[in-house]
Amino acid sequence: MRRFLRSGHDPARERLKRDLFQFNKTVEHGFPHQPSALGYSQSLRILAIGTRSGAVKLYGAPGVEFMGLHRETNAVVQIHFLPGQCQLVTLLDDNSLHLWSLKVKGGVSELQEDGSFTLRGPPGAAPSATQITVVLPHSSRELLYLGTESGNVFVVQLPAFRTLEDRTISSDAVLQQVESSQPGGGQSRAVCRLPEEARQRRVFEMVEALQEHPRNPDQVLIGYSRGLIVIWDLRASRVLCHFLSSQQLESVCWQRDGHVIVSCHSDGSYCQWPVSGDAPQPEPLRSCMPYGPFPCKAITKIFWLTTKQGLPFTIFQGGMPRASYGDRHCISVIHDGQQTAFDFTSRVIDFTVLTEADPAAAFDDPCALVVLAEEELVVIDLQAAGWPPVQPPYLASLHCSAITCSHHVSNIPLKLWERIVAAGSQQHTHFSTMEWPIDGGTSLAPAPPQRDLLLTGHEDGTVRFWDASGVCLRLLYKLSTVRVFLTDTDPSDSLNVQGEDEWPPLRKVGSFDPYSDDPRLGIQKIFLCKYSGYLAVAGTAGQVLVLELNDEEAEHSVAQVEADLLQDQEGYRWKGHERLCARPGPVRFEPGFQPFVLVQCQPPAVVTSLALHSEWRLVAFGTSHGFGLFDHQQRRQVFVKCTLHPSDQLALEGPLSRVKSLKKSLRQSFRRIRRSRVSSRKRRPAGPSGENGEAGAPAQARPRPLQGQEGAARPERAGVQSMELAPVQRRIEARSAEDSFTGFVRTLYFADTYLRDSSRHCPSLWAGTNGGTVYAFALRVPPAERRMDEPVRAEQAKEIQLMHRAPVVGILVLDGHNVPLPEPLEVAHDLSKSPDMQGGHQLLVVSEEQFKVFTLPKVSAKLKLKLTALEGSRVRRVSVAHFGSCRAEDYGEHHLAVLTNLGDVQVVSLPLLKPQVRYSCIRREDVSGIASCVFTKYGQGFYLISPSEFERFSLSTKWLVEPRCLVDSAETKSHSRPRNGSGPEKALDRTRNSGSQSDGEERRPGRVMEHALLNDERVLKEIQSTLEGDRGSYGDWRSQRVAVGYSLSNGGAE
Amino acid sequence: MNRSHRHGAGSGCLGTMEVKSKFGAEFRRFSLERSKPGKFEEFYGLLQHVHKIPNVDVLVGYADIHGDLLPINNDDNYHKAVSTANPLLRIFIQKKEEADYSAFGTDTLIKKKNVLTNVLRPDNHRKKPHIVISMPQDFRPVSSIIDVDILPETHRRVRLYKYGTEKPLGFYIRDGSSVRVTPHGLEKVPGIFISRLVPGGLAQSTGLLAVNDEVLEVNGIEVSGKSLDQVTDMMIANSRNLIITVRPANQRNNVVRNSRTSGSSGQSTDNSLLGCVQQVEPSFEPEDEDSDEDDIVIEDNGMPQQIPKAVPNTESLESLTQIELNFESGQNGFIPSNEVSLAPVASGTNTETHAPDQKLLEEDGTIITL
Repeated sequence: MRRFLRSGHDPARERLKRDLFQFNKTVEHGFPHQPSALGYSQSLRILAIGTRSGAVKLYGAPGVEFMGLHRETNAVVQIHFLPGQCQLVTLLDDNSLHLWSLKVKGGVSELQEDGSFTLRGPPGAAPSATQITVVLPHSSRELLYLGTESGNVFVVQLPAFRTLEDRTISSDAVLQQVESSQPGGGQSRAVCRLPEEARQRRVFEMVEALQEHPRNPDQVLIGYSRGLIVIWDLRASRVLCHFLSSQQLESVCWQRDGHVIVSCHSDGSYCQWPVSGDAPQPEPLRSCMPYGPFPCKAITKIFWLTTKQGLPFTIFQGGMPRASYGDRHCISVIHDGQQTAFDFTSRVIDFTVLTEADPAAAFDDPCALVVLAEEELVVIDLQAAGWPPVQPPYLASLHCSAITCSHHVSNIPLKLWERIVAAGSQQHTHFSTMEWPIDGGTSLAPAPPQRDLLLTGHEDGTVRFWDASGVCLRLLYKLSTVRVFLTDTDPSDSLNVQGEDEWPPLRKVGSFDPYSDDPRLGIQKIFLCKYSGYLAVAGTAGQVLVLELNDEEAEHSVAQVEADLLQDQEGYRWKGHERLCARPGPVRFEPGFQPFVLVQCQPPAVVTSLALHSEWRLVAFGTSHGFGLFDHQQRRQVFVKCTLHPSDQLALEGPLSRVKSLKKSLRQSFRRIRRSRVSSRKRRPAGPSGENGEAGAPAQARPRPLQGQEGAARPERAGVQSMELAPVQRRIEARSAEDSFTGFVRTLYFADTYLRDSSRHCPSLWAGTNGGTVYAFALRVPPAERRMDEPVRAEQAKEIQLMHRAPVVGILVLDGHNVPLPEPLEVAHDLSKSPDMQGGHQLLVVSEEQFKVFTLPKVSAKLKLKLTALEGSRVRRVSVAHFGSCRAEDYGEHHLAVLTNLGDVQVVSLPLLKPQVRYSCIRREDVSGIASCVFTKYGQGFYLISPSEFERFSLSTKWLVEPRCLVDSAETKSHSRPRNGSGPEKALDRTRNSGSQSDGEERRPGRVMEHALLNDERVLKEIQSTLEGDRGSYGDWRSQRVAVGYSLSNGGAE
Repeated sequence: MNRSHRHGAGSGCLGTMEVKSKFGAEFRRFSLERSKPGKFEEFYGLLQHVHKIPNVDVLVGYADIHGDLLPINNDDNYHKAVSTANPLLRIFIQKKEEADYSAFGTDTLIKKKNVLTNVLRPDNHRKKPHIVISMPQDFRPVSSIIDVDILPETHRRVRLYKYGTEKPLGFYIRDGSSVRVTPHGLEKVPGIFISRLVPGGLAQSTGLLAVNDEVLEVNGIEVSGKSLDQVTDMMIANSRNLIITVRPANQRNNVVRNSRTSGSSGQSTDNSLLGCVQQVEPSFEPEDEDSDEDDIVIEDNGMPQQIPKAVPNTESLESLTQIELNFESGQNGFIPSNEVSLAPVASGTNTETHAPDQKLLEEDGTIITL
């Protein structure tokens, strides 16, 4: 137990803490990482996506979301909704079937796993005998037909997963019947030879397709991979008719009226077959190879859909000419003489077509094509001319270009919001106007209480503005900074201009584009003033742009200034990248945020901190060399300060040389591991006479009964055990002023406070460095009427050196009432009380290791909290948040929300620096998750759980954004609509969570090697930043929580 | 170092002892009762008296058995000088204002003669600049063993003092595993171990830490359950005043509490200690160790100054009960036999007076070594 908590144990405070703080992971935004399966329920109008890590996510109308996690982390291979029910079956790649259902509890639906099942064959059968290839949920709602690799079709009864062995449709029986049904001679002899041959070589192979007759539930279609398709009568257990194709079968589509079957094949062709009872072995009506005549790739899935107008839609995946377009991920749509091959930037996982839901309707009348690609979901409107894409309200691909930073702004004024939305709507004109077609379920979540913006900076130089107010993270507007610079590729070229007579008729769709023209364009810091509409963004090559919101298109030139941060430091050579070249002359900017000032730091190192004061019209920026202040009103540099330590050579080298050293260090660590493995192997025969660590190893290898709660600790221990193979050493040394990157500017802060004497307050700029130094500059900003005439002046007033020399990650000034100073213009807009300028101000400096409060203007130490000394954790993110009480409407407190390098989130009280609560949030190995975390002003936060997904969490009892939704099937319609409270299922969900939460701590021995490397956080960070592309291997699926209601009274702290 | 010293460590000899004292060119001879040498103050007065320099501030030195010139300026080194003098105690007196500090020290036997000639001929030009060894009252500890009485005998709590950046702490830690006795029997648990000592580093020079010592606590916080990185961060965060509790890999030099020497004043009663251990507070809260409070502020481009504390802190470092043994070899006339033998430490601890507010921080019971 930590000692510091013990001292202030006050029951009243404990109660209040329960009213203020509560930790919940509420919702995952973005696109699921590594999707592997798609399912859709026509009746529920709900889409399901399964992932390789065993998650299944359901999406309906905006706000209707569910998440379930299989206990196994196996990939979800198939998802099938049971017809007309709130149930679905998933097939995992370990050949297990899982039944899930949406159950209404206390007014909201919850996704639950009801049971699981693995198909067992007769004893001694080959594993492939029961390897499931196709699943057909029968419309009787209680039977599952399972096609297997052996060619047998097994029947399983739901919900108990009881195998009905007498109903199994064995491939032998089918073959026998097919043979016996041969008319015996005549013209069909040539065709009927094949099955005989087939039987010899067991070429029935696996079942590729299983379909129920659209009108007659007693008939199913079974397609075998070698090309035989039979229609099986379930009642009479006999083959009604069969079709034989000379090509390998890929998939089959049964037309709505049941009269025609369309099969697609591995050679890129598809065939139509007539179905009629009197001709048991019909010839194809039509056979076609859409992208022939040269060899084509397989058509893996096909839809043949009828319309009222008469002309059908043919939609199929693949089939492209092998040689020239074999590498494309295409889905072709053919209708009424039009043909388009939609070309996706990532692999197509699966697709489906949304059609008329009523099974009795005469036509399919497809309305939308839903394509799940590896990196995004694309929906195409099939009713509008030109088949435009539909903008999804959720499942946004956050990682269209890799996310490099994020910034959250709470409570956006309506005016600014509308202007941003308006600017964005002009960018979305290419989208269809169709209503989002997947609209199942009802969202019961209350309307978001305020408008929140999440801004993400991307590697390609864009900033995306997301509506983060509610459950659905929706793209509002995209800002590109590329236009300001001269890059190799002209931005206008990137539009895919396609010639008229191009064949195949490819059309690029989707927004996922992981390729960046120039890594220097990457956005590193964002600062938006929500009152003035000023935006500052800063990037990888030392570029700082100040932008202003303009509702009109405009053409103007951008003022350029160079900020020489090295000043008169001699003898330094920057070995990194060159600065970006600004485009000379006026540039045309579309409506939205338009840059008007460009400051380029010299050397062009990545901008590491940024602050904007819209009232004083000042922008401050810092790099690893120093920091500067720029007056964007007069477009004049106020000052620059070099923070570089003369001995710090590393800071002068660019990122390139650091990559080299990273490679070297990686190589070394691999060598070390290898070496130590070899040596331990050599030593083994000598017996356990080694040193301390070595000696114990054999004892551990023997299995030992688990004892009580130690069971949970075992995997971790095992991990530590195997790590002895590669003992990682850590050097213990005090930080010195000569360490590298001490000059790195970590934080910048504007404050109107008592910097020099207690009688006069003045504007000030504070900067904190990696070496534990805080600089304070007194600023003189001319009054508004002379703002353009007199220069802004700055003078260094203070310099504080923290003796522990840990990086300064946060600076904050508290007013006389211990309230953090308001944001600029906040008071002017009557949104905040003006700060108390009577009492003494206090300065809070947060380093990675300590929180310290100093008095102002005379700097004397008042309070501190030594976090690292006590817990061994370091501060990664800190932000002031207002925590409202869930009991008293108007009661709230300002505290610090803190994220540590161990992935814990904590609340530290202001001004007394008492730790309040602590929750474990992110796995400590998930460095990119920890690095991506942003806090909101009201105690929520976001972090990346994969390159494409943000997890949203809340520390507050009051501000909680999570899905609450209801899905009615026909049967559950009778359920009464719920009221709000929903206490009991909270507890239920907890139990589910606790079952799985422990695997957060768990480390499987197999991952030790990875762990050993991951442990070296610095190395990992380097890898992350350099090999941005595949950083997603540590998806955090710990949060199993499904749609959960919350009751405001249920504010138990964990 | 103001505690009462045990007498007569070398008091096997009897009778009087001859003293030969030199000040400038003058010699005085007198004798002392070897068994009752008295206090340093008295001896200092006696020297001033015999040399007839009552109001002159002087430095007193003596030649020890190795011929090194060592200072006498407190009871401890005075008694040491008396007890080791055989047969004659040779005293050298210098005026403080013209003192040649460099003459003091142990240097080498080769320099021995020079040392004496330097004193004899103060105007002798030195060829090489000597390391200036300040007077013992200016000495500061670089390491110490503390809380010996409240720790299990198998543990050692070491305090490393890091002043400025002159000397690196100089050690590395690693993951490992150790075996504990728990209610469920023997259990292997992950642990943190010292993996390497940097030659010339503070850790090595103390002789109190060694490779494969298991780290149990860092500044009063147990490390069990913490990762290597966490412990690294904790140590670095405390690097200016690092207190490490270790279970030495070599258990042969442990403090043996029961075989204490007798006769010292203010001796703690170890038997009762075990009883009172449980209910009292730990001897040092991390909040107490504010030696890193010396953040510096530079106001208006003025001179750097230390940041004062806004609220006076009544607790200070000195209030901690501890034994501070200086192991910088040979300084202060207190010569440890070598780095391995810690017998003086052991006996010294037993003479310690302990405030009641000491506590055993170890809760994990018996610990066995393989």
